[in-house]
Amino acid sequence: MTVTSGTTRAEYCVIACAEAWRGDGEILASPMGLVPAVGARLAKLTFAPDLLLTDGEALLVADVAPMGARPQTVEGWLPYRQHLGLAMGGRRHVMMGASQIDRYGNQNISCIGDWARPTRQLLGFRGAPTNTLNNPTSYWIPRHSARVFVERVDVVCGVGNDRAVGPYHALRRVVSDLGVFDFATPDGSMRLVSVHPGVGVEQVVAATGFPLAIGDDVAVTREPTPEERRLIREVIDPRGQRETEVRS
Amino acid sequence: MSAEEVVARLRSGMTIGIGGWGSRRKPMALVRALLRTGVTDLTVVSYGGPDVGMLAAAGRIRTLVTAFGTLDSIPLEPHYRAARESGAFELVELDEAMLMWGLTAAVHRLPFLPIRSGLGSDVMRVNPRLRTVRSPYDDGEELVAVPALRLDAALVHLNRADRHGNAQYLGQDPYFDDLYCEAADHAYVSCERVVDTEELAKAGGPQTLLVKRLSVAGVVEAPNGAHFTACDPDHERDEAFQRHYATTPWSAFAERFLGGSELDYRSAVAAWHEEQL
Repeated sequence: MTVTSGTTRAEYCVIACAEAWRGDGEILASPMGLVPAVGARLAKLTFAPDLLLTDGEALLVADVAPMGARPQTVEGWLPYRQHLGLAMGGRRHVMMGASQIDRYGNQNISCIGDWARPTRQLLGFRGAPTNTLNNPTSYWIPRHSARVFVERVDVVCGVGNDRAVGPYHALRRVVSDLGVFDFATPDGSMRLVSVHPGVGVEQVVAATGFPLAIGDDVAVTREPTPEERRLIREVIDPRGQRETEVRS
Repeated sequence: MSAEEVVARLRSGMTIGIGGWGSRRKPMALVRALLRTGVTDLTVVSYGGPDVGMLAAAGRIRTLVTAFGTLDSIPLEPHYRAARESGAFELVELDEAMLMWGLTAAVHRLPFLPIRSGLGSDVMRVNPRLRTVRSPYDDGEELVAVPALRLDAALVHLNRADRHGNAQYLGQDPYFDDLYCEAADHAYVSCERVVDTEELAKAGGPQTLLVKRLSVAGVVEAPNGAHFTACDPDHERDEAFQRHYATTPWSAFAERFLGGSELDYRSAVAAWHEEQL
């Protein structure tokens, strides 16, 4: 890895992921992926101190350990059955991955091709249907491309805004290695919120397989503060695992 | 009981629930014993790991009820994936919470339990037999009626048990093993060690006594019986061997490791580890 004084793309992604949990208060942050995991820990250490985090297994941990190290302070127990219950109870904000995602935020992690006879089996539905109907959901896409950002997903696992059901469906944001997106449009379709420094709007459009809503003033993803950069590099991820998940 | 005696009670066409989660505390010694029989045409209910991978690769599954197939440290169960891509079995693919609800309904002898999960997603499209119910209260919300997942038999692996069937987990997560046992007509517990009843409460608090003897038909002592999956705190996942399983063609793996008894399996695994040194 290369740690220069300049902020890396992966670090902008960390900041963008961390921002997803801003203002969430005392809920469980469930990051899936390395960059979201660094982001959730950064949020907890800075602007979202009330967040709960797990050790990736059945324990809630009060301290923020470096990536790959064991946390020291157990503050609670969250076996799978309670974790599924907590998702249904809504006090959780999950950031999931997506093999495919469409303009309304429908997400596929089940399989590619015809579900009855897939050309490529993926993870399966996992908890995506429960997550999207019950607790706030965001997505992390480490390699933004038109193969991921598709016009139509092959299988709807996570439910998008055009298929939303019930009182608790809430898609918050999508973070990719190119930018940040939300769904704050009249029809709930995906909107470009910011591009990471060094990324052009045209580059995002070209790598997206559906028409994106783009406002007049697309922002640039913010810089980490010096303290945030120190926390990322020295405290949370000193071995630079974040750099393995994002192209430089 | 012996593992052979357990699987001698299983019949082709049965619905069998398998405890654990992914590549964690799976009753692999019982699965290996099952693979040594001719029992086939099974409906398997499982949070899928190598139990599903092996049974699918061996062609024993007619219908699989699951939410995923994973080896945890290896995200995709390769033999499950191959079986899916070749259309080897019928899949009832549910969401994780829906599967929990189906087992919970069966435990409580309810025909179904309502859940929000599944609505709006393709869970409903790929499972056309799923029905919805409307809340009879003021909210009037439409919900999915997850049908009870009643089991003919359940196979689970825990850390300790007494010979009566009281079984204890000493790790951090019970998974859903008690639900599998209570949802089954006949549940079989394998364990790392069979102990006297008075030893159970000495090993952990009463909440570790997950499975009660009234829901268990047989106990098998199977040290390392979850291998190569994790059985915290008795043994960790055998990651090196799991990688070997995941990267070896099924027929070659089965021939070398699954051709003989459980003792033969342990010897073959030990020999494989020797070769890696």
